[in-house]
Amino acid sequence: MNHPLVENYFRMDKFPHIWCPGCGHGIIMASIARAIEKLGLDKDKVCVVSGIGCSSRAPGYMDFNTLHTTHGRALAFATGVKLANPELEVIVISGDGDLSAIGGNHLIHAARRNIGLTTICFNNNIYGMTGGQYSPTTPTHDKGTTAPYGNIDKPFDITQLAIGAGATYAAKTTVYHVNQMDKFIESAIKHKGFSLVEAISICPTYYGRKNKKGSVVDMMTFLKDSFVDHKVAEKLPAEKKEGKFLMGEFINKIEPEYTELYDGIIESLKK
Amino acid sequence: MARQVKFLQGNEACVEGALMAGMRFYSGYPITPSTEIAELSAEKLPRLGGKFIQMEDEIAGIAAAIGASLTGLKSMTATSGPGFSLKQENIGYAALTEIPLVIVNVQRGGPSTGLPTAPGQGDVMQAMWGTHGDHPVICLTPDSVKETFDLTVRAFNLAEKYRTPVILLTDEITGHMREKIEIPDQSEIEVYNRKRPEKGDDYKAYKVYDGDIVPKMANFGEGFRYHVTGLMHDETGFPSNSTKNAGILMDRLMAKITDHLDDLVDYEEIELEDAEYVIVAYGGNARTAKSAVKKLRAEGIKVGLFRPITLWPFAESRMNEISKNVKDILVTELNYGQLKLEVERVVRGNCPVRFFGKANGEVLTPEELILNFKEVL
Amino acid sequence: MSKQLELRLSGSGGQGLITAGIILAEAALKDDKNAIQTQSYGPEARGGASKAEVIISDDVIDFPKVTLPNMTLALTQIASDKYIMDISEDGTVIVDDSIVLPEGIKAGKILRVPIIKTAKTEVGKEIVANIIALGLIVGLTGIVTRESLEAAIMSRVPRGTEELNKMALQKGYELAKLY
Repeated sequence: MNHPLVENYFRMDKFPHIWCPGCGHGIIMASIARAIEKLGLDKDKVCVVSGIGCSSRAPGYMDFNTLHTTHGRALAFATGVKLANPELEVIVISGDGDLSAIGGNHLIHAARRNIGLTTICFNNNIYGMTGGQYSPTTPTHDKGTTAPYGNIDKPFDITQLAIGAGATYAAKTTVYHVNQMDKFIESAIKHKGFSLVEAISICPTYYGRKNKKGSVVDMMTFLKDSFVDHKVAEKLPAEKKEGKFLMGEFINKIEPEYTELYDGIIESLKK
Repeated sequence: MARQVKFLQGNEACVEGALMAGMRFYSGYPITPSTEIAELSAEKLPRLGGKFIQMEDEIAGIAAAIGASLTGLKSMTATSGPGFSLKQENIGYAALTEIPLVIVNVQRGGPSTGLPTAPGQGDVMQAMWGTHGDHPVICLTPDSVKETFDLTVRAFNLAEKYRTPVILLTDEITGHMREKIEIPDQSEIEVYNRKRPEKGDDYKAYKVYDGDIVPKMANFGEGFRYHVTGLMHDETGFPSNSTKNAGILMDRLMAKITDHLDDLVDYEEIELEDAEYVIVAYGGNARTAKSAVKKLRAEGIKVGLFRPITLWPFAESRMNEISKNVKDILVTELNYGQLKLEVERVVRGNCPVRFFGKANGEVLTPEELILNFKEVL
Repeated sequence: MSKQLELRLSGSGGQGLITAGIILAEAALKDDKNAIQTQSYGPEARGGASKAEVIISDDVIDFPKVTLPNMTLALTQIASDKYIMDISEDGTVIVDDSIVLPEGIKAGKILRVPIIKTAKTEVGKEIVANIIALGLIVGLTGIVTRESLEAAIMSRVPRGTEELNKMALQKGYELAKLY
């Protein structure tokens, strides 16, 4: 007997999923389902859009209106869906490469418009689907199949990138901090305007193995020990912050939402 | 509203036609010489409760239009050469996922940035082969402002009927010139809307039900909760690695064109009944050819014009038939001989096929064409 | 085929010559004639020399572009230098009287007319030079009826400027009588 959450929100006949043992993506996908359940959304009015990559396969398993698009373009397709029918709750699932490399332009412009899309970034710091190439979030000096001598790029902080571009809700969490993730995704979906939750995931198969990060449990322990809420970090002495990554809710503010502004134009022309 | 006589640019007529065909969503990126289409859509759509959005780039322009079409709004995007190149991947996406969409390409001189304000017809083969993989293509090309209106309506209707992106391939000549157009009353316009499933149907998103030519298309948000993917899929719409399924899907997509040539193929013939020579021309350049044919006829030369209106699928059997009864075919176009290759192929050696064109941003004048034509006499 | 008017209007961007071309073509449609208008685009249309071309004919117009005009008008020196030499042997060249004509220009008729001066001093607004030019062209050629031209002008000009434009049109007709 399956958990009712799985029965209610997933396409049971599409399992097993394609993800590797130990992959963090399933945790994020389940968190999205819990948030939708908690908010009591009508499944018929939820649309989940993705691009290309491991994470982008998630919509295929989720029992909503689901759209698996081209690489990097999920936000652009989703913008069309949302503007055409603002009644729909549009959730975008996108990996770190999909969202911040090939789709980086769409990310900054969707954020700038403050259009009511919820973006969940499944960030595993690597291109997993194609076999472990470095991505825009692979830490400097780490290895990928295309960075055999160590990555010389500086990584993006996707959350800060979205805030810089105008996102009105942005939070970062990890697949270890599941309760917090549930809360952030729920807040992000409820939020009117562009919202982003960057969920740090783990890829034991490629990123972990290539960079000698140990077992799945070791990788989870790393998340537990290395991420600290930015509000907590503020009060910590400098030596305790060394080597730590900041997480938490970084911005949550109300600004006019794009499709409402457009509907305002339509209304004003009726007079 | 009764019929209205207007003096419009081809680009403006395109928007008028689109709105009458039911366009309620436009997304795109500004590019010369197509920009008037975006500008007029931005002005008119919200007045009809429709939506316009200027996206961050050409790729997003077509992506948003595809997304909007899935919610049930008839959608269009317009561009020119450089933007058409950028849109190619998502044209293939719309073809495989069978999402109705109209893509307008107002051709300019190319390649690369080329000649933004000058005409060209160098995207003819790109319209057919631009996106990767085999896929169905419907491409229409008008030679006047009025025909731009008519073919925009037809493009929407064919997109809905065959659930496929339709390319309206115009050029800077027809896009920017102003001429007289009588816009019909809305009641005179035949509008085709996509077939949608009934609630309670055992709906399979990509199954063709009896009596239909394509799968019924549900709007996102109406309760069918189906999956759309650019991966090969089975009739449920979910990805399938089965080569058998991939073959079934590809055969069905390609048959949309090959099984409906009578419905899709359209052309104009002028003075062909007794013609010994044929000029083949299309789009804005056909205006040059029409003028040349009149002048040559006035001199007593038995020449006629064959003008493809549907560029793809090409009027293969008709062109072949014509070639059996003439001495010579001259294909003229504003490129280095793209459609000429197709004419040569379908004529199968029945008569010589010559070519005369230009790709420097100038139009061909009737005098230049006549001079070249006479070489054969 | 009866003779058709192939007109080129040139000046600087902002002088309203593209609008003038559209107005003349719309007047022709009101007279049940055929008309096609084309224009220059891009950087050249926003300063420098801008041009609009109009073909008016009783017959169907196949080829939409003007290759050799039989009437051409230039309101600025730059436009004149760039466009004025293309004219048919029996064609008419009209330039503003502020313009120095190139040497060796050959045309049926060459008219130097105080279009801009008339706009400034007699109508009081330089912006109506385009309408004066239309009055002049129609006064000289009769290519469209005066009723149709006035109606076409009235449907294109901004509200509140109708009288000003009517006056400009009248001045154009008066200038035509002098040539």
